[in-house]
Amino acid sequence: MSRRLLFLLPLATLALMAGFFAWSLMAGRDPASIGSVMVGRPAPKLDLRALREGDKPLTDALLRTGKPTIVNFFASWCTPCLAEHPLFTRLAQRDGAVIIGIAWKNKPEEARAWLAKLGDPFLYAGQDFDGRTGIDWGLSGVPETYLIDGNGIVRFHFRGPITEKDVRDTILPFLKGGKP
Amino acid sequence: MKRVLILLLAILFALPALAVDPSEMLKDPALEARAREIGQALRCVVCQNQSIDDSAAEVARDMRRAVRERLTAGDSDAQVFDFMVARYGDYVLLKPPFKLGTLVLWLGAPMLLLIAASAIMLTALRRRATAPLPPLSDEERERLRSLLGR
Repeated sequence: MSRRLLFLLPLATLALMAGFFAWSLMAGRDPASIGSVMVGRPAPKLDLRALREGDKPLTDALLRTGKPTIVNFFASWCTPCLAEHPLFTRLAQRDGAVIIGIAWKNKPEEARAWLAKLGDPFLYAGQDFDGRTGIDWGLSGVPETYLIDGNGIVRFHFRGPITEKDVRDTILPFLKGGKP
Repeated sequence: MKRVLILLLAILFALPALAVDPSEMLKDPALEARAREIGQALRCVVCQNQSIDDSAAEVARDMRRAVRERLTAGDSDAQVFDFMVARYGDYVLLKPPFKLGTLVLWLGAPMLLLIAASAIMLTALRRRATAPLPPLSDEERERLRSLLGR
């Protein structure tokens, strides 16, 4: 190897690293994202007590109705849940979305009081007080939201609160029958 | 001196506090030991590089419980890992699996070492392979003597 070419080695290394950093910045890559293995697979099992008194328990059948369904894990103690709540209210009222709410690690009376105060966008509401269903769904915390198609296949998994942009770009097209 | 020694020993043998609290532990010590081993190899999904045994996060606690429930139900260690990977992906393993996507991760450093070592070897060999200089001719020796002023 020519000795002069060797001097280019540090420069080439720098260029390689700069390229990687630039790509990381621009490709919208989030190194903190842990992704989801749920997407593309049948929704995990659903077998929960209803949150609202007098409602029927939640079962798998709710996820295989032929209609796209949104499943949202929330808790009254969770601030980001408060932030995304108006979006679910609008999705339910204006867009007629079927939304299943699951109160995660939340005392049922507290979750009920929270919904009574803020409005209840959930067609079905369940309680996962001990977090067992959360583990089955690969949940890392609240809020998390799953989009499930009519055949019960998970099509999208949001970790963290949904935003106006998620509603516009992903959720509404999904509800209209397209894949997000 | 003795006090310092005791302090040093205390520091040396101090174990990191685990988040596993006694109420979670299994009665069967063998099963609990397996749960610990598995718990230390599973990543808490909301922490930065902490195992579920080290983390006080809610979800880490639930994962520890799930591990113990699987073990009690008679699962092998591999089945417990599969259970977690099916829900949280490879991310949940603190030791990433060896597969196509992680090839660079596993082999990158040894490959670099190999390349560097062979480069050094090659240079050394080439240096040794250089033929020794031919002895000075009479003319050159004469010139050298005049240059040195003798």
